[in-house]
Amino acid sequence: MTTLLQLNHVSKHYGNDTKALSDVNFSVKEGEFVSIIGPSGAGKSTLLRCINRMVDANSGEIIFDNVDIAGLGKKDLKKARTKIGMIFQHYNLVNRLSVIENVLHGRLGFKSTLAGALGLYTEEEKRQALQILGVLGLQEQIYKRSDQLSGGQKQRVGIARALIQNPKMLLCDEPIASLDPNASKIIMDHLKNISASMGITVLVNLHQVEVALKYSDRIIGVNKGSLIFDGPPNEITAEIIEAIYGSEAGDLMFDLGGQYAG
Amino acid sequence: MQADVFVKKRWNSFIFLLILLVVTFVSIVITEFNMAKGLASLPKALQWGFTNFYPDEMALTKLPDILNKLRETVLISVAATTVGAIFAFLFALFGSRTTKVNGVLSKVSRGIATIFRNIDISAWSMILLFSFGQSALTGYFALFFGSFGFLTRAFIETIDEVSSSSVEALQATGAGYFSIIFQSVIPSGIPQMISWILFMIETNIRSATLVGILTGTGIGFAFDLYYKSLNYHTASLVVIVIVITILTIEYISNYVRRVIL
Repeated sequence: MTTLLQLNHVSKHYGNDTKALSDVNFSVKEGEFVSIIGPSGAGKSTLLRCINRMVDANSGEIIFDNVDIAGLGKKDLKKARTKIGMIFQHYNLVNRLSVIENVLHGRLGFKSTLAGALGLYTEEEKRQALQILGVLGLQEQIYKRSDQLSGGQKQRVGIARALIQNPKMLLCDEPIASLDPNASKIIMDHLKNISASMGITVLVNLHQVEVALKYSDRIIGVNKGSLIFDGPPNEITAEIIEAIYGSEAGDLMFDLGGQYAG
Repeated sequence: MQADVFVKKRWNSFIFLLILLVVTFVSIVITEFNMAKGLASLPKALQWGFTNFYPDEMALTKLPDILNKLRETVLISVAATTVGAIFAFLFALFGSRTTKVNGVLSKVSRGIATIFRNIDISAWSMILLFSFGQSALTGYFALFFGSFGFLTRAFIETIDEVSSSSVEALQATGAGYFSIIFQSVIPSGIPQMISWILFMIETNIRSATLVGILTGTGIGFAFDLYYKSLNYHTASLVVIVIVITILTIEYISNYVRRVIL
């Protein structure tokens, strides 16, 4: 499989002394499911946002699909962003609009200024939106206002909005941090399914180590802005968890032994 | 330890009250305000109000004239607010953290709005009196400037509060600036913005009375005229008409707000 994303020496600091990322290097192959784990404030969100330049890195190369994202101008950056879907912890939907309208927002990056401003979507785009909503089990909710949905349903709308971009990669920033275990499982299963059946690369920030162990092809451990671990889930040991989270693995609320159960 | 926190809190409230009392007392001394005399004159004022300040038959014959002036005032207030809102929306887009084009433009537009907001409407009407003279235009512009400044501020907060998350999502999809404004900022912010506009119309009708006194137009001028010609009965009718209008507008805008939010 070819390499889709490659980060070389990426660093980011806020102000003068708050280092968010220091010299991060890793690569992701096409179709891979990669989880990024680490304590709060470790720089997981910043790392994810540097990839689509929602946050600008201070130095380093971010090569996605053979293009250095870090060096792109405004117009090319927008074009690159259409190939990267993003999913947020708080779903970031327009609450007063219907589900279908929110999904179609994923097509705005492909539109001219006028068509985008007026929200003119083609028949084909609408059909694709309905199809994606069907796959995600939201066919009953199509015309509902987004604020009438449950958290899990909102997140599925978020996924649909990302999928309609026909992206090569999905960036998911804590997609299940605000969801109950049931909804979390549904969301993670959908993400895994997307990666497996559509061949879309998925990069997920996670708080839950056991979820990362269960779903990922590869895990990246981050602490204080540096990469601590990069490898498959079965290489994770108690010592590595301790290095990532800075505490005894025994004190954490999960069971390493169960990692192959799912 | 815990008890100390509560003792400290009580001390803080006590000191705050003490400062308040001292400030009040010092102000009374400086302005030579006589509390007893002030209170004693209250019944007399009330008595005067009841004997002179009510509409009589003569006053009612002036009603068509008053309503005509009232219509002028209401229309000017609405026009000033709505036009002000359009400008305010543009400036708010530039000024907001979420939708700003660049930092300099954001500071400039916030700065302009602050200047317009912090000059009071009555001050605006005095300033504009020199340029436009005693005409409806003076009142219109005074209200327009005041509404523009205030609404810009209110819209900036609205945009930052309700649409920053969905704006982030649309930026991540690669959507252009205008797509983001029309598909995310306007749909999510419109109820609050309309609510602010309704509030501003209410406020402006209230201010229009004062502006009218200063600029010689509208309902404020009618009041001023009758009052100064010692026609207290008609002046009181003007006040009653204003109060009824404001209550009606408030009722309507509350209703609209309930429906859209």
